[in-house]
Amino acid sequence: MIHLTELTIAKARKSLDSGEFTAVELAQAYLEAIKEKNGEIFAYLEVFDDVLEQAKRADEMIKTGKGSPMTGIPMAIKDNMLIEGKESTSASKILKGHIGTYDATVIAKLKTAGAVFLGRTNMDEFAMGSSTETSAYGKTKNPRDTARVPGGSSGGSAAAVASDMALVALGSDTGGSIRQPAAFCGIVGMKPSYGAVSRFGLMAMASSLDQIGPFTKTVEDAEIVFEAIRGCDPLDSTTIPENLVLKNKKTTWIPAQGRNDGSEAKKIKIGIPRDFLSMKGLDPRVLENFEDTIKKLEAKGYEIVDVSLPYMKYSLATYYIIMPAEVSSNLARFDGVRFGLSVQGADVSDSYKKTRAQGFGEEVRRRILLGAYVLSAGYADAYYRNALKARKLIRKDFERVFKEVDLIATPTTPSPAFKIGEKMNDPLQMYLADIFTVPANMAELPAISVPSGTVEEEGKQLPLGFHLIAPYFGEEILFKVGREIS
Amino acid sequence: MISNKDVQNLAELSRIEVKEEELENIRQKLEGILAYVSEVQDLAKEKISSDTSDVGENHNVFREDVEPHEGGKYTEGLIQNAPNKEGNYVKVRKIL
Repeated sequence: MIHLTELTIAKARKSLDSGEFTAVELAQAYLEAIKEKNGEIFAYLEVFDDVLEQAKRADEMIKTGKGSPMTGIPMAIKDNMLIEGKESTSASKILKGHIGTYDATVIAKLKTAGAVFLGRTNMDEFAMGSSTETSAYGKTKNPRDTARVPGGSSGGSAAAVASDMALVALGSDTGGSIRQPAAFCGIVGMKPSYGAVSRFGLMAMASSLDQIGPFTKTVEDAEIVFEAIRGCDPLDSTTIPENLVLKNKKTTWIPAQGRNDGSEAKKIKIGIPRDFLSMKGLDPRVLENFEDTIKKLEAKGYEIVDVSLPYMKYSLATYYIIMPAEVSSNLARFDGVRFGLSVQGADVSDSYKKTRAQGFGEEVRRRILLGAYVLSAGYADAYYRNALKARKLIRKDFERVFKEVDLIATPTTPSPAFKIGEKMNDPLQMYLADIFTVPANMAELPAISVPSGTVEEEGKQLPLGFHLIAPYFGEEILFKVGREIS
Repeated sequence: MISNKDVQNLAELSRIEVKEEELENIRQKLEGILAYVSEVQDLAKEKISSDTSDVGENHNVFREDVEPHEGGKYTEGLIQNAPNKEGNYVKVRKIL
């Protein structure tokens, strides 16, 4: 009997390597958990039929001494990453039946490492949403309270890990799509620096913002998965070569022992953007929980200071211009000719229009139209160009503040998980769920959400997340301080 | 701020069929979002260029034009994904 609830990658590694259980037995335990729980939670869109074969290969690797930290680790994969020979739909009707013709780079890396893919997880259609309710295939429920959403867009991956239907999972984060569901489901979720992890084989939503990252139960596990998937990739020209990262020390985090100014003796400083936390709509219980976590860090010897990021408040508005602009361009490829749904109209143009009207859901259509609007001749100056300016100013804000502090902390979300259906008719309210997570994407910075306690509502314990943002390529300090919280 | 005719025009540009009875609902939602994102117009006077993008770290990405993958390696899979096909071809509508 394997106790899945207490299991971490580190613990599983020990047991797999010592022969306490095999990768096949571990995979079987997860398959049984999926059989028992997925009907209610609906984290998975599909459970793969070759899980045990994958696990057998992992056992072989372990036996012959070819194992690595991820060998035999059962994972769930968000439905927007390509696995050769497997269906991948981005939870959209327009890609129903679409089969991956190659592996995404993250998948190829994990395959080589011997990880076991259990299945593909539900998500908001094309990663557009904060609740996993825009999926064309059904709604995922939050394992902590099944009347509530798991968050989104990577809600299926978050729910799979939170309900022990996978040990770890991959998601993608464009404006908070890993960190927000991690907070809602009470687990760890991490978005790497833009360019740290290859996007090759990830279906593009907003190319200048998307990053792949891990869902795990501990910060230590998040670091193990991140190490397994990161790295410069010739197939994604936006990944950053290691030497360039090191060269750019002005804006990147330098380990204390590498500083020449004697600052290694100083405490790690965490900045709190107080003016940003005074926004209306922030649940007072969330603020209280945040202050408690800050006090704990202070007691552990961290220095806490207030910082001012005057342009941070423009992040969400900026996001809802730049993201739909990129969406309208990226989703032009879905035309019913090369893959997926194809509806025949009177002529070629009518076929495109009918295919896209029937294949895309309401939120995807809305963002494409919004993108077309903010890029159109009459409005590009007012919207798109000002948003590009805002993005630069937000980035400069962070660069300035990171000369003073090592990390910036906020709550992950303004409230705990909301009820299914509560925000579906009010897109703007839904968008506000990402207010604290979007700034890191705008500035291309790494960030993590770590569980920081719960609040009780209607007899259920709803998790909250503590959010840390690090300087560009400062993943090391993110994990170091993150471990102190969980 | 945005009319039903504007919505129709955006739908036409985006190649998405929108039915007459859907226009008003779409218009209202878009208008709400546009009113919110308009706050970036506060920044119109900021003296910072919007012309250059500095996403990620700027660096040249070149490679030698050699070693392509073997011909036909992905053809079968890609063709299989096309909804309308004939032999090794993707079938499209007549455009002339």
